[in-house]
Amino acid sequence: MALFIVRRLLQSLLVLLAVSVVVFCAVYAIGDPIELLVSPDVAQAERDALIARLGLDLPLWQQYGVFLWRALHGDLGNSFVHGMPAVQLILQRFPATLELVAVAITLTCVLGISLGLIAGLYRDRWLGRGIMAGSTLGFSVPNFWQGMVFILFFAVWLGWLPASGRGPTVEVMGVPLSIFSADGWRHIALPAVNLAIANIALVLRMTATGVAEAQSQDYVRFARAKGVKPGRIVRRHILRNILIPVVTVIGMEFGTLIAYSTITETVFSWPGMGKLLIDSVYKLDRPVIVAYVMLVTLLFVIINLVVDMLYAVLDPRVQLVEARA
Amino acid sequence: MFTLPSIFKCVGRRSVVASGQAAPPAPQQQPASGAAAVVTAAVATAPVDRVPHVEPLRTTPARATILRKLRSRPSAKKSLLALGLLILLIVAAPFFAPQNPYDLLALDIMDGRLPPGSANFDETITYWLGTDAQGRDMLSAILYGLRISLFVGLCAVLISVAIGVTLGLLAAYRGGWIDTVVMRAVDFILGFPTILVALVLLAVVGRGIDKVIIALVVVQWAHYARIMRGRALQERRKEYIEAAQNLGFPAWRIMLVHLMPNCIGPVMVFATIQIATAITLEATLSFLGVGVPVTEPSLGLLIASGFEYLLSGDYWISIFPGVALLLLILCINIAGDRLRDSLDPRR
Repeated sequence: MALFIVRRLLQSLLVLLAVSVVVFCAVYAIGDPIELLVSPDVAQAERDALIARLGLDLPLWQQYGVFLWRALHGDLGNSFVHGMPAVQLILQRFPATLELVAVAITLTCVLGISLGLIAGLYRDRWLGRGIMAGSTLGFSVPNFWQGMVFILFFAVWLGWLPASGRGPTVEVMGVPLSIFSADGWRHIALPAVNLAIANIALVLRMTATGVAEAQSQDYVRFARAKGVKPGRIVRRHILRNILIPVVTVIGMEFGTLIAYSTITETVFSWPGMGKLLIDSVYKLDRPVIVAYVMLVTLLFVIINLVVDMLYAVLDPRVQLVEARA
Repeated sequence: MFTLPSIFKCVGRRSVVASGQAAPPAPQQQPASGAAAVVTAAVATAPVDRVPHVEPLRTTPARATILRKLRSRPSAKKSLLALGLLILLIVAAPFFAPQNPYDLLALDIMDGRLPPGSANFDETITYWLGTDAQGRDMLSAILYGLRISLFVGLCAVLISVAIGVTLGLLAAYRGGWIDTVVMRAVDFILGFPTILVALVLLAVVGRGIDKVIIALVVVQWAHYARIMRGRALQERRKEYIEAAQNLGFPAWRIMLVHLMPNCIGPVMVFATIQIATAITLEATLSFLGVGVPVTEPSLGLLIASGFEYLLSGDYWISIFPGVALLLLILCINIAGDRLRDSLDPRR
């Protein structure tokens, strides 16, 4: 296990390094870094000073060293638009995104697994077939359009829920969160469901397939022959065995949800870091884009590492080191 | 689009004779396919035309099963029919669309944001699906938008398949450092969500149809390389490859003519479903404002342009293009799903 962790950590560092090289090439080597990193309305003298300060008169490999050194110290440049460190700006927006993703993941677990169980158990009846057909629809509908349909129905026509924004937030340990007030829940409901639906469909289908397969396995047949009650077979025998891959997928989907939150946040004007990214793309606020890429890479590397380890903890049969070799 | 028989060819690989049919027609003296090569190698002195002639498709048991499975599902037929109809609509759009949505002179700003079913001032055009803010007929805009969406999706998938299949084959056949480099690159790309990679890429290079296609290729080739390598690794240890090697065929020929046709089935099935994914991705990127340019609106851009009017209740500008997009994606998804089921020997 220790060997595996060390190896995975080394791999993760390599990935981070590779991304930093790609980002460095995109920003510094291909384009004119001055144009990218310094706002165009800066005077020439100040511009020269900045060139010297950013080390842009140095050879390329030294520039990369400087870039990496500064990145390691959490300095990825200042936002042109907001005039503050890009990293700080993104971290400020992080709680909003995390909250949205957390609610969506909870919805995925609850609805995805329970509906999947029903669809798997009753797969030859109309209920199961209906759920499976619904799931096909669920991941065929483009995420952003689905959000707009939600807005049209629930905000414009019915007027039940607000169409945008985060509503009032409550400070919990210095972090503003919406989920502790009723109005906050009204605001988070639509974006969270919008973000979750594709994932619910995915988890639902995985669970349904798993349940259908498990039902013909020997251990289930044996339990049935032994006279174990159907409810207990489902809970103790089937569910336990299919949960391992499902939990892994949910873990990996955490990262995907953070990526897809850019779309949901844009549709619902949710002030998270995805919305910040899109706004920065529009305003050509490149330091923020660079910082976003680096931070999200770091996040992904951590998520992948945690998921891999969770997998080993959940399923003692998995031997990670051998599997990699 | 791919043709169905080209997929079935590759799946009948379990019977030796069937895999003989898998290769494209080759000159009589030089049987190009692996199985036929084995046969000729074994009976080197016998004339080549002793190799039994087998009718393609229907007479091969595996293929017959696949076709039967595919035909027995009504939803497969319906979705393929609907898909065909949609493609016909898209191809024929210029002939019957009420308006050319790119011809800015034909648009009348006075007709802006008319609800569905209203007619223009001199009643020459009825806007069945309403008009957008520029007075553009939504029906025409959707028909032309579908063309762009489908074009981008197909191009992206075709190029990704070409790149992925080539690299996957090379990685599996050559092994060594090529394998290591390709598979590390695959892991690297697949480690990140596609939407994010494409979004950031387009944020750097700007918008344009060609750039969207490039971005889609960058995020999608890795899937095909991985599938192709997996299949090719299983296949390359088989006897017909060994036979071809012993006959002294050059490596490119073994890879292209012998290995590739026998491995490409799963890739093609995955590719059909990926067309839908590519179309969705393009629409999403266009919606976010980094996709196709405003002058050539795809469905995603049409939906985005209606977003600002959604809150005032002008639903048709966003909703109808979305319905068209959903129909296209659903048809491709269902057809691809059924195709995969019928090609799966376990069912």
